[in-house]
Amino acid sequence: MLAFVVRRLLVALSVAFTVSVVSFMLLHLSGDLATSIAGPEATAEQVEDIRKQFGLDQPIVMQYLHWLWDALHFDFGRSYYFQDTVMGLIGERLPITLTLGGIALAVATLIAIPLGVLAAIKQDTWIDRLALLIAVIGQAMPSFWFGLALIVIFAVNLHWLPAGGNATWQHFILPAIALGYYATPAMMRLTRTGMLEVLGSDYIRTARAKGLNERTVIFKHALRNAVIPVVALMAVELGFMLGGSVVIESVFSLKGLGQLAWDAIARNDYPVVQAVVLIIAVFYIALTFLADVINAMLDPRLRVR
Amino acid sequence: MSVLLDVKNLQVDLPTANGMLHAVRGIDFQVNRGEMLCIVGESGCGKSMTSMALMGLLPKRAQCTAERMAFDGTDLLTLSKKERNQIRGMRMSMIFQEPMTSLNPSYTLGNQLCEGILKHKKISRSEARERAIYLLERAGVPYAAERLEQYPHQLSGGLRQRVMIAMALMCEPDLIIADEPTTALDVTIQAQILRLIRELQQEFGTAVIFITHDLGVVARIADWVAVMYAGQVVETASARQLFSSPVHPYTQGLLNCIPVPGRTAPGSHLQAIPGVVPSLVGELQGCAFRNRCDRASTECTRSQPQLISVDGGQHQVRCPVMTQQWQEAV
Repeated sequence: MLAFVVRRLLVALSVAFTVSVVSFMLLHLSGDLATSIAGPEATAEQVEDIRKQFGLDQPIVMQYLHWLWDALHFDFGRSYYFQDTVMGLIGERLPITLTLGGIALAVATLIAIPLGVLAAIKQDTWIDRLALLIAVIGQAMPSFWFGLALIVIFAVNLHWLPAGGNATWQHFILPAIALGYYATPAMMRLTRTGMLEVLGSDYIRTARAKGLNERTVIFKHALRNAVIPVVALMAVELGFMLGGSVVIESVFSLKGLGQLAWDAIARNDYPVVQAVVLIIAVFYIALTFLADVINAMLDPRLRVR
Repeated sequence: MSVLLDVKNLQVDLPTANGMLHAVRGIDFQVNRGEMLCIVGESGCGKSMTSMALMGLLPKRAQCTAERMAFDGTDLLTLSKKERNQIRGMRMSMIFQEPMTSLNPSYTLGNQLCEGILKHKKISRSEARERAIYLLERAGVPYAAERLEQYPHQLSGGLRQRVMIAMALMCEPDLIIADEPTTALDVTIQAQILRLIRELQQEFGTAVIFITHDLGVVARIADWVAVMYAGQVVETASARQLFSSPVHPYTQGLLNCIPVPGRTAPGSHLQAIPGVVPSLVGELQGCAFRNRCDRASTECTRSQPQLISVDGGQHQVRCPVMTQQWQEAV
């Protein structure tokens, strides 16, 4: 198991390194940075000044190493647009996004897995059809629309929960439901399919032949094996929620990482874009690593690979 | 010897897109305590469905009826799910055909060996482990104690089948149903597993229903034999009677298929029964075997033959033509 973890960790680190190179290079591929920072009105001298000031005249490898060294010390430089360090901006936004993503994933898991198990056990009954309907609606309904519907119902009409902002934990409930519901269908379907496959397997027949009660058969013998692909999907979904929650964040006026990235891209605020890309990628890698470790704990066969 | 399992007119039907598939068409048999009954037949003759019906492991859509399915005097069909679970695994257990997939990949062997007995009997965890180690050793698994911490993927197919056998014996059942337990194994391992099942059966006095398509296996281990064809028992007899004087054309055909050293001429073609098994969807008209039988006459198409005794005793055959011939010859 330890060897497995070390191996996976090495893979994760090499992926992180690759991502850092790519995120660094992407911006340099998008044109001459000095010119775009200086703006269309700038003279050639001003552009040269900016090039020197930001170290853009050095060889690209040096620029990368310099940037990486600073990044490892959580120094991503200053934002071109906001009067703040990049780290300061991210430090402000990241907790909001993490809170939102975490609650959303919890919501999605708590709906998707029980519903998927139930749909599989009650295959081809009305419960199964209802679960499928919920999944189809979830997949078909745009998340911003669902978010707005939640605001109209629970904030505007019922006054149960606030409509936007991030002052208290209650502010996170509606956006987390909107975001979590979006991730539910894929997880639910995967749980259902996995359960159906496992319930038809020979070892479930063995478990039944032992005279175990249905609860043990389903929760001990079936679910553990069925949930393995779902764990991997959860990591992907959470990664997606961290990076792609920009729509939900703007609907609920949450100033999270997604919105920061959106603003930064719109304003050519390169240090911020680089930092956000890198941080989201590192989270993604960490989540994948975590999912691998959880799966190895669930299934001993994965430990040897 | 007392009767442990008494089955009368067992039928298993499966609805399919083309109509009702009658997988088991009214079979009767009895198993005495401590005896080995072999059910022989080719693929699709209903032998596996019979074993699943006995264990209550039929697929949900299957319909199972029987006049009687009494296990030690208790009618299995009238039991509630909970009562059935108390017998299943505890007093009757099963060894399956596919040792590679019949163990849960995510739990240790110790966990899987012990969970049944921990559920059924008042026994401590360490006592259960001791019994598991003892039975693994008896089943020929080396390093039994260490194996308890291992996972199925760390064992070969032969070893996994030995684990399955040990698992089936954990609760000291009265009856073990072994559904082609050696089919998925290579030949040398097959022979070892057969010997093991026979030895353990005699040592523990367990009754065994052994399901196979291999008459060679039957000859080695059976006390009683039931030959199945198209969902029916076509001949049943003690192993000695069946091999010395097979009566049903199907049984004779099966025996002719086996080359015998010394008797089968070198270089001669191996025998085979021509034709294919009839479709089990819908009702059968007349004798199910008549299309493949070289002695079939118009009489065979008219009515369904019944199982009748050929020797006035327990050797029964579902073929009036051959029964008459046999009796005249005697």
